[in-house]
Amino acid sequence: MATEKKTVELDGLDTFRENYDLKLQDEHNDNLTTLNLGPTHPATHGIFQNILQMNGEIIMDAVPTIGYIHRAFEKIAERRPFYQITPLTDRMNYCSSPINNMGYHMTVEKLLGIEIPKRAQYIRVIMMELARISDHLICNSILGVDSGAFTGFLYVMQEREHIYDIYEEVCGARLTTNMGRIGGMERDLSPKALHLIGEFLQRFPKVWAEFEKMLTRNRIFVDRTTDVGAISAERALSYGFTGPNLRATGVDYDVRVMNPYSSYEDFDFEIPVGSKGDTYDRFLVRNAEVWESLKIIEQAYKNLPEGSYHADAPHYYLPPKQEVYRSMEALIYHFKIVMGEINAPVGEVYHAVEGGNGELGFYLISDGGRTPYRLHFRRPCFIYYQAYTEMIKGGQLADAILTLSSLNVIAGELDA
Amino acid sequence: MELTNENVLGKIIAQFGEDNITNAVNPDGIMTFDTNRQTIHELIKYLRDDEELQISFLTTMCGIHYPEQKDKELCMMYQLHSLRHNYRLRIKVYFPISDPVMPTLTDIYATANWMEREAYDFYGIIFTGHPNLIRILNVEDMEYHPMLKQYPLEDQTREDKVNTFFGR
Repeated sequence: MATEKKTVELDGLDTFRENYDLKLQDEHNDNLTTLNLGPTHPATHGIFQNILQMNGEIIMDAVPTIGYIHRAFEKIAERRPFYQITPLTDRMNYCSSPINNMGYHMTVEKLLGIEIPKRAQYIRVIMMELARISDHLICNSILGVDSGAFTGFLYVMQEREHIYDIYEEVCGARLTTNMGRIGGMERDLSPKALHLIGEFLQRFPKVWAEFEKMLTRNRIFVDRTTDVGAISAERALSYGFTGPNLRATGVDYDVRVMNPYSSYEDFDFEIPVGSKGDTYDRFLVRNAEVWESLKIIEQAYKNLPEGSYHADAPHYYLPPKQEVYRSMEALIYHFKIVMGEINAPVGEVYHAVEGGNGELGFYLISDGGRTPYRLHFRRPCFIYYQAYTEMIKGGQLADAILTLSSLNVIAGELDA
Repeated sequence: MELTNENVLGKIIAQFGEDNITNAVNPDGIMTFDTNRQTIHELIKYLRDDEELQISFLTTMCGIHYPEQKDKELCMMYQLHSLRHNYRLRIKVYFPISDPVMPTLTDIYATANWMEREAYDFYGIIFTGHPNLIRILNVEDMEYHPMLKQYPLEDQTREDKVNTFFGR
């Protein structure tokens, strides 16, 4: 190792050290380097900063700073009619926005006591599982990029485009989807959408098998990820981990199974779990979950029930545009909903869905007005990212990058 | 033991007394009750460590502001989950805004660290014993706690918008 070490000094770093209580300083400082990872760094895949104290290649301590894209969604939500909050949820985990949208819709439906027809529930399941696939697909292929394998990323990115084509056919948007309405879907699955889903089910398994083949038993990849950023089940639970990151440690907690919503109880699927909670386990769990999601989509696609694609809740469900022009009632309800004239009942609900990264919870208090009195998002990224410091301490810088990608920290969800 | 709202509440009341556990309701299938600042730390520790309950997962916590309630302006909501029994529980603590102090839970749950920083950032609730109670999402030199209800969403000095229609 080189004897000369460069110390990166930043303006105000001393005050920063005092404020943040960086433990390792002064007496042994001659060997330590302070390194600024982020806020904008190509390897962090999002805007968050980590100030690292390094001894050579080894990370001794880290201080994460978040909030760079904080947009005060919880505050904004207190001033908006219920239907206008859906676009805010898009922008949390933007890799799987339909899950956020539908999780929010289900929360409001729980508050309003609306029963959703089976067909709408199945369409939701299909869209949510597609979203999960696109989420895991990004996470795992980025993990490949960060360990030096770019090909897989570009290869599966094409499949994500196909998933986005399906979104586009269903709701008209690709990334920030604003999909569905309070009370169901905005329109039925079109023949083209069904065709695209069928095609996807045909084509995707081959692609994913090939992607897996490239990395799962790849010696370099396995060596780079095994025992990197490991966390024990006990610590993970104390840190509030949920989703694939918790399951990689061996805890089989999945909201879809524990508290089924939107007819998940109808489907037959497994919960993949890991054992060591390291980066490789997280990779494997996500891979396996993609297969389970495919199974769910296939079942929902084959058994798609007949019936309406939305609930009969005229007070809350925005009527179709052609109705608005034809019938008086639809026009009135359209006006009342759009102008936010409809009050929600007094109540307090918590609803959780299994998001791409774990339990995505919505805690909603309504005081009987047109907007929520308080809407709190339980954002899995925000909750588990605080364990990052602990997970990278004692490891190498290159491993810290891999750990960050395998945790799938999405800046939008982190900062809300 | 199958956990039901009745037997969990009974057990908690037997442990902490009726004075400290009040106002138990069931708004959405999750039992909700109020407690006070003296009890909350012990209570959450007890729920985690009790062999029968094992309510040992802190799902979330958040602050709530009720400006109209005299001496109960602020509220902290804690939501816990027993993964073993698949049982959820919600606990609320009300306290005056003139004395916004709560005990920290960071010694019980590691995840409480950032959640409490968020509550401090948004509502100015001081968590005694917290290792690093600084703002987390907003800039550090912000002079107020933006989620309090007295702060409107938009800049009120703006004159180019008609506020009559959309209730800004």
